[in-house]
Amino acid sequence: MTNEELKNNITQVFSAVTFDETGEFLNVIIPSEELLPFMKVLRSTKEFNFDYLFCLTCVDWKDHLMMVYFLNSKTHNHTIVVKAKITDTINPQIESVYDIWKTAELNEDEVFDLFGVKFLNHPNLRRIFLEEDWVGYPLRKNYVDEHMIEL
Amino acid sequence: MLLGEEDCINEEGEFVINIGPQHPSTHGVLRLKVWLDGETIKKVEPHLGYIHRSIEKMSESFSYRQFIYITSRMDYLSAHMNNQACALVVEKALQVEVPARAQAIRIILCELSRLSSHILWFASAGLDLGGVTPFFYAFREREAINSIMEETCGARLTQNFMVPGGVITDLQPDFPKRIKEVLKQFKDNYHEYNEILIGNVIFQNRMMDVGVLTKEDAIALGCTGPVARASGLSCDIRKLYPYDGYEKLKFDEILVTGGDSWARCQVRMAEMLQSVNIIEQLIDNIPEGEFVAKTKNVLKLPKGEFYQRVETARGELGVYIVSDGSATPYRCKYRSPNFANLSAIPHISKGHKIGDLIAIMATIDLIIPDIDR
Amino acid sequence: MKTLLSYSFSSLATHIHNWLKNAITNDMLLTVTEMVIVGVCLLVFLILLAFFLGYMERKVAAFMELRLGPNRVGPKGTLQIIADTVKLLFKEGFTPDAADKFLFNLAPGIIITTALLAVAPIAYAKGFQIWDINIGVLYISSVSSMAVIGILMAGWSSGNKYSLIGAMRSGAQIVSYELSIGLSLISIVVLTGSLSLNDIVESQANGWWIFKGHIPVAIAFVIFVVASTAEINRAPFDLVEADQELTGGFNTEYAGMKFAMFLMAEYINLFVVSAVAATIFLGGWMPFHIGGMTGFNHIMDYIPSSIWFFGKTLFIIFIIMQFRWTFPRLRIDQLLNLEWKYLLPISMVNVLLVTLMAIMGWHF
Repeated sequence: MTNEELKNNITQVFSAVTFDETGEFLNVIIPSEELLPFMKVLRSTKEFNFDYLFCLTCVDWKDHLMMVYFLNSKTHNHTIVVKAKITDTINPQIESVYDIWKTAELNEDEVFDLFGVKFLNHPNLRRIFLEEDWVGYPLRKNYVDEHMIEL
Repeated sequence: MLLGEEDCINEEGEFVINIGPQHPSTHGVLRLKVWLDGETIKKVEPHLGYIHRSIEKMSESFSYRQFIYITSRMDYLSAHMNNQACALVVEKALQVEVPARAQAIRIILCELSRLSSHILWFASAGLDLGGVTPFFYAFREREAINSIMEETCGARLTQNFMVPGGVITDLQPDFPKRIKEVLKQFKDNYHEYNEILIGNVIFQNRMMDVGVLTKEDAIALGCTGPVARASGLSCDIRKLYPYDGYEKLKFDEILVTGGDSWARCQVRMAEMLQSVNIIEQLIDNIPEGEFVAKTKNVLKLPKGEFYQRVETARGELGVYIVSDGSATPYRCKYRSPNFANLSAIPHISKGHKIGDLIAIMATIDLIIPDIDR
Repeated sequence: MKTLLSYSFSSLATHIHNWLKNAITNDMLLTVTEMVIVGVCLLVFLILLAFFLGYMERKVAAFMELRLGPNRVGPKGTLQIIADTVKLLFKEGFTPDAADKFLFNLAPGIIITTALLAVAPIAYAKGFQIWDINIGVLYISSVSSMAVIGILMAGWSSGNKYSLIGAMRSGAQIVSYELSIGLSLISIVVLTGSLSLNDIVESQANGWWIFKGHIPVAIAFVIFVVASTAEINRAPFDLVEADQELTGGFNTEYAGMKFAMFLMAEYINLFVVSAVAATIFLGGWMPFHIGGMTGFNHIMDYIPSSIWFFGKTLFIIFIIMQFRWTFPRLRIDQLLNLEWKYLLPISMVNVLLVTLMAIMGWHF
C-alpha cells in the first residue's frame, strides 16, 4: 500500500488520528490512551498486517514526550510511523505493546530506563542499562548530572 | 560468580548462575542470568549496561560531522556500515548527491568489513565450541583484510572513513591490487574453513536442531540480518531498500529455512562468498572523479525527522535523527541489530543445555557495545 | 619389592642393591630406602615427562594451528615450560573465601596421588618395572578411576557454581567411560589369560595383539583410545573443564602451584593411558616381530626395548593431542549417548567375539 492508501484506510477504521507526511514515512499521531486499540488494529487487520516493529523509541519535546513506533509489514512491505503523545512529563505512562510484538520487551525497558516512561502491563519492566537506584532519566532534556561536561 | 543475591538453589529447586559479565563466551560484557534445572535451561534473562556509554546522549551535543565518529564504537566489526548509515542520513536530509566513486569505495569497504566480520564469527564460533584451531585459520585472512583497512583508512578497527558527501580521502594507488590478492587468498582458503569446522560431525551435531527460531518468532522478536535470514525471513536492506548503488549490483540474498544454529552458520558461510562476489564486480570498475561531494563547513539539517537504515554484518541498523534546525541533532536514536537479536536468546534457549546456550550465543553473534550503545 | 631387571639396568640395579645391602643390615630399612630411591627417581622422571609433554603439546598445537609455538625461551623454546613453572611457583596460592578450605587444598593432592599410583606397574623396558604385580591391569583401571573423587572434591569445595557443574559432569562422564575402558581391557585379558602387564607383553613376542587379534582387537583399541581420552578429560571430551562454558570448570578457583598440580596430573594421566594402550595393544617394549621371520626379528631386537616402549607411547600421545586440536567439544547428552548407546554395546559384543576367538584359537 502506498502512503496515500494507508492514510485513507486508517481514517476509515480510526478517526481520532492526525497525519504528518513531511518525512519519508507516513506519520500517524494519536493520543496515548488510544495507542493499544489502534496498534491491535494495525497488527490484526489483514490489509495492514504490520507484523514487524523495527524501532521503538521516545523523543523528549520538553513539554511532552513522544513515543515513536516504526512498523513494517513483511507481507505487504509498507512502513508506517506511529507516534503517541504523552502530555504528563512528571509521571509518564503508556500501555505496553509487548502483547502484540514481543520485541517490544527490551525496547520498552530501554525507554523506561532512559526516559522514565512507565509501561503498563509490561511483563518485566526494569532498568536494563543503568543501576536500579540511578536518579533521573539520562535522555530527558532536563537531566542534570554533576559529572556531565557540557561541550 | 556469586553476582546474584539468590542462593545457589532457590525455593523451586532451580540453580541460578550468571553467565557473564566476565565470561569467555559472551564476547564482551553481556550478563545472562540463567535458571537451571540440572544442566537444562529453564529461563534466561539478559542484564545489560556494563559498557553503556550513552552514545545517543553524546550525539546530541556533537555536530553532524562529529557524531559519525562515535558510531564506529558501537558495532566495532561493522564500523564502516555504522559510519555509512550516519553519513547517509545527513546526505538524505541535505539532499547531497554522492559521487559515483565515493559510492563504489563505500560498497567495497563495507563488503570487506562484512567479510571480515563473518570471518571473525567463524573464528569465535569454533572457539566457543571448544575448537581452538579454526580461530587461527580464520585470522590468517582477517589479518590481511585488516592490513588493507590500515593502508586505506589508517585504522584497523574503528576506521571512520565515511563523511557526509563521500569518503574522507581517496584510495591508495595499489588498492585494487591488494584487494585482489586478499580475495584470491580467501577463495583459495575457503575450503579449509569447511574442512576444519563446518564439515566436522561433532560441530554439525552441536548445531543442528539447536535454538530453532521460527519465521513467525523472528518477525515478532524483530530479528534481523543472518539470524532472521536463517529463519527464512527476507530482510536484506541492500535488496529491500537499496542505498549507495547496491541496486546496480548482482548478488543473492541468502535465505535458509531451518532456523536452527546450523542454518545460521550456513547463511554466514554463504554470505562471505556473496561479499566476495560484490567486491569483484566493483574492483575493476571504480569510477574516476571526485571522492567527496562539496558540502558546507557547518552542516545544519532542516527541521524534521530522518530515518536511514543500512545492512551491517549483523542486520538492519537504523539511524533516526530528529532535527530542530540547529547544528546538532535534537534526538539521535540508533536501532541496533544486536539489541533486536538479543531478545531471541531467552526465547530460543529454553529447554536446551548450557553447552547449547553457548552455541546459540555463538551463532546469534552478538557485539555487546552495539547492544549497550 | 620384586625388581626384574635386565640389560644395562639390571647390573646397575643389582650393584645398588648389593651396596645398600652391605650398608644397611636391617631388611625393613633396606626396603624403605630402596622405595624412597625409586620414588624420588620416579618423581624426577615424571616431572621431566610432564615438562616434555607440555612442550610437545604446545608444539603440536602450533603445528596444527599454522603458528610457531614457543620459540623464545631457550633453544627452540624448550625452556618455556620451565619459565611457566617458575611463574606458577611465584603465584599466590589463593583460597577463596567461600571455599571449604581443607577439601580445597586436599583435592590437588588426591588428583596427583591417583595419577602417580597408576604409574607403578608400567613396564618401561625389558625387565624394567617398578612393581610387577599379577593384577596390573585391574590395579591401573581401579586406581585411575579414583581421580573422579579428586575432581568432585575440587569442584564442590571451591564454592563456585561453575565448578560444581563441572564436578557434576565429571561424575557422569568418568563413571560412564570407565565401563568401556574396562571392557576393552578385558578383551586382551581374555586372549592372554593374565592380568599381569608383564605377561601381556611377553604374550606379544610373536606379534602385537592389534595384528594378531584381527578386527575385534582393533575395535577394542579404538574404543580404548576414545574412552581413555574421555577418562582423562581431554578435548573433545573436556566437559569437566569446558573453558568456554564453565570458565575452567572444576579448577576455576585454583591458581599457582595447586593449579600446576592439576596440570601435571593431566599430563601424567595422558602418559599412563597411552602407556597402557601401548602395552596392551601394541606390545609395550616388545619389538616388532613377525612370526617365522627370524632374520627380521633379530634386526628389530637390536633397537633397545625402551625406545620401542616410548616410541609407541608417544605415538598414541600424539594421536590424543591431535584430537584436542581438531575437534570441537561434545555436549553432555551427546557425550553420554556416545558411551551408553554406541561404545558400550559395541564393546560388549566385541568381548563376546574376542572370547569366541580365544576359545576357538582363531588368533595367531
